[in-house]
This record gives sequence, C-alpha cells and structure tokens, in this order.
Amino acid sequence: MIHFVLHDAKDTVAVVVVEGVTAGMSMTGWIMDEDRMIDVQAQQDIPIGHKVALKNMAVGDTVWKYGIDMGKVVAPIQTGQHAHVHNIKTKRW
Amino acid sequence: MSLIDQNTTFQGYRRENGRVGVRNHVIILPLDDLSNAAAEAVAHNIKGVLAMPHPYGRLQFGADLELHFRTLIGTGCNPNVAAVVVIGIEEGWTQKVVDGIQATGKPVVGFGIEQHGDHDTIMRASKAAREYVQWASEKQRETCAISELWISTKCGESDTTSGCGANPTVGNAFDKLHPLGTTLCFGETTELTGGEHIVAARCASDAVRDKFMFMFNRYQDVINRHKTSDLSDSQPTKGNIAGGLTTIEEKALGNIQKIGKLCTVDGVIDKAEIPTHPGLWFMDSSSAAAEMVTLCAASGYAVHFFPTGQGNVIGNPILPVIKICANPRTVRTMREHVDVDTTALLQREITLDQAGDKLLENMLRTANGRLTAAEALGHREFVLTRLYESA
Repeated sequence: MIHFVLHDAKDTVAVVVVEGVTAGMSMTGWIMDEDRMIDVQAQQDIPIGHKVALKNMAVGDTVWKYGIDMGKVVAPIQTGQHAHVHNIKTKRW
Repeated sequence: MSLIDQNTTFQGYRRENGRVGVRNHVIILPLDDLSNAAAEAVAHNIKGVLAMPHPYGRLQFGADLELHFRTLIGTGCNPNVAAVVVIGIEEGWTQKVVDGIQATGKPVVGFGIEQHGDHDTIMRASKAAREYVQWASEKQRETCAISELWISTKCGESDTTSGCGANPTVGNAFDKLHPLGTTLCFGETTELTGGEHIVAARCASDAVRDKFMFMFNRYQDVINRHKTSDLSDSQPTKGNIAGGLTTIEEKALGNIQKIGKLCTVDGVIDKAEIPTHPGLWFMDSSSAAAEMVTLCAASGYAVHFFPTGQGNVIGNPILPVIKICANPRTVRTMREHVDVDTTALLQREITLDQAGDKLLENMLRTANGRLTAAEALGHREFVLTRLYESA
C-alpha cells in the first residue's frame, strides 16, 4: 500500500493519499518521477490529501514540491509532522 | 499503440458553419434578467427546449457590456446548440444577439417584451420554439474526424490529489490530443500564480508569451487592488485548504499539470473570445468553476474535462462536463458525480498513460452521446462573468 506520494526527489513535503494516517504509523511513500519507494514515520495524525514533512525545516526555509518553490515555513516543522496552513504560507500576495 | 490517432472519429452534429457539436440543444436565451420569466414559460410550454436564465444584462457598459454580448452570442453560436430563441425587454439589443448568432447560419429569432407584454411574447416565442425543436429532432449525427472536436479544461474543488492524479491525467490526454489537430483550452488566470513562468516557457512564440504575460499581470493588478489579506479562503478556497492545499503556488503547480508535458501554448484569447486555429489556447478567465465553464461554452468548446479533488458538482446547460477524480474518499462519498475514477493512479496500479486513455475513452463516449454525471444530475450552471458594477 502506498501511503504518500511525492513528485520529485527534491521535494521536502509529500501528499498523504490514504485515510487513517495516525501518529506513530510507519508509512511507505512513492517518488513518482523516479518510481522509487521511501519510508517515513508519521509523528501526527494527517488527514487524507494533507502533506507530511520529509525533513526538519526552520522558519524562513523554502518548501519544495513538484521540484519547485511552493512557499515558506512560518513555524518550525519536524520530519513526519503535518505540514499545512499552520506552518507554511505563500510568498505571493 | 495509442487509443486515439489521426484516424479516430466520433459521431457529431455538423452545423451550418461547418463546426461540429456533440449535443443538439434548442435554447431559450434571455438577454436580460427581465426576460427570465418569459424564457422559463416557453421552456415549460415546449418540451425539450432549455431556458437559460441569468441575473444580468441591465445598465452594463464598456468592456463589461461587450463581454455580456460576447458571452450570450458565443453561447448561441456553440455547435452543441441547434437553434436559439432570444427574448429581451426591448427589440434593439435583442436583435443584436440574434444577428451575432445568425452569422453561423443556424435558426435564430428574437422577441422583445415592451409593447407586447409577457403573455404575447411567450406565445410568439413558443411558436418559434416548437418549430425549432421539431426541426432539431430530425438532425442526425455523422462521422467526424477527431480534429474537429474542441475540448476545454478547468479543475475545481482541487486538493492535493488533483495535482498528483486527476490533473496529470488531463495533461496526458491533452498531450495525445494536441498533435491530432484538435482545439484545446485552459485558463484560470490567478490560479497560475507561482507557476506563470512555467506557462510562459511553454508559449509557442514571443507574441503568444507577451499576450499571456499581459493577461496574467492584468489579473494580478485586479487582485492587488482589491485584496484585504493574502486571499486565504478565497484563493486557495476553504475547500482547497480542507483538502490539503496550502499555498497558491502549490495550487498553481497542480493546476499546470493539466497542460501535460508536451503541449505548446499556441494562442491567447480574452474571456469568451473564439480561437482562430487549432492548438492549445489560454483564455483569460476566472477560477470560479461555473463562470469559467460558461466562458468555455461561449468560446465554442464542445466537451469539457473537469478534474476535481474534494468534489466539485457543477455542469453547464450546453457543454458536457466530464468529472475526473483521484481522491478515494471523494469517489466513495460522492460517487454519483464522478465520470472517470483515477484513484488507481495514486496506488501505482495504473500508469499515467492508462489513466489518460481512460479519460479519452470517456471523452469519445461522451462525444458520441453518453450523458455525463453532471448532465444526468441536472447540473446546468450558467454563470456570467462581470468585470465591474452596473451604472
């Protein structure tokens, strides 16, 4: 079973594609561009469609998805944590 | 071996001007809000015709008024429409819409309410509608080349599965359709924010690129002039955010998947303008679903690809909207709205090529007459884009 997917190996966040991801769960991820699998442990409950952090990030860091800049970190994030509007914001507008 | 190639055909309705449609609607088109009641009464009298009520058409001026006429005329000209009855409060502007549609050669007539009243207008319009619907009912489909099919796309209620699954599926289908000489369209100008350089790089010439950047920057100016925050909850929407999309950049990168890996952007049109040659066209347009699909219909598109994540439910009265979804929870809880289920893509059970072919197969069945979920559910959202207040 694939729990999360990411587009590019450079991505620092990935998308959870199944329901029921809870804190402590071991997850299998699929790097779509390279067709390769990786493992990450969820540190929090993450709803389907929401993102999981793939590395530790500090305030001000760029968040990478699709191999491209998708926004900035506004609160520190740990690997395996839920990454969303509470810790990431747009750089535009 | 591709599902479609140069020899692929579909069964369509050839119109007087040579364009091919996949539906055969007779529509009762109000020019203005005052004419909605009469239009709906005609549709009640004459079975099989479609009234298209809307809230505008009064005291509009300038570019906003031009867009109003362009949208109504374009809707009547769409090849999915066999014949049109126009109703307006007065005859002058009613005739302007009739003249615009008449250029296609299809049957069209208009009626003004002033000096007649609703009842007399309903009677005159019903007589015309009856003739038209009986005439249209004898129209037969004929074999047409795939290159004669015009396909538009817009995503809605997107979430992260849109960018990972449903939108790339559309992109794969577009990559296969583009080389066959079809006419394609994408838009949602603000929703490219963060990825506009990617779209610019795909433009086929400097002229196309310049026009695209002009449209893009024009829309950014509108946003910057009126915004009160970073547009959280509006763009991305509450639904996008609930589904996991965090920033406009992320949404844009998912959005852009719809133009595939190979398509060039061959032309740029303003809202409801009609493309002048085959290829992929960017249309300056709102990201509001029903507004944008209404604009695609006015531009003459015959079939629409609508990838969704959280479950957008809209349709259009004359443009069949095909819903594609890669979110397993949405496909499970909103099954009646989904035409093409691509959840298997995100479990690595099918390839992107297979997902694209699944969509193309549904497209051909839809073109040949199969009702989309939105059509079967009676979703007929007809929403006019406004540029500013009426006078």
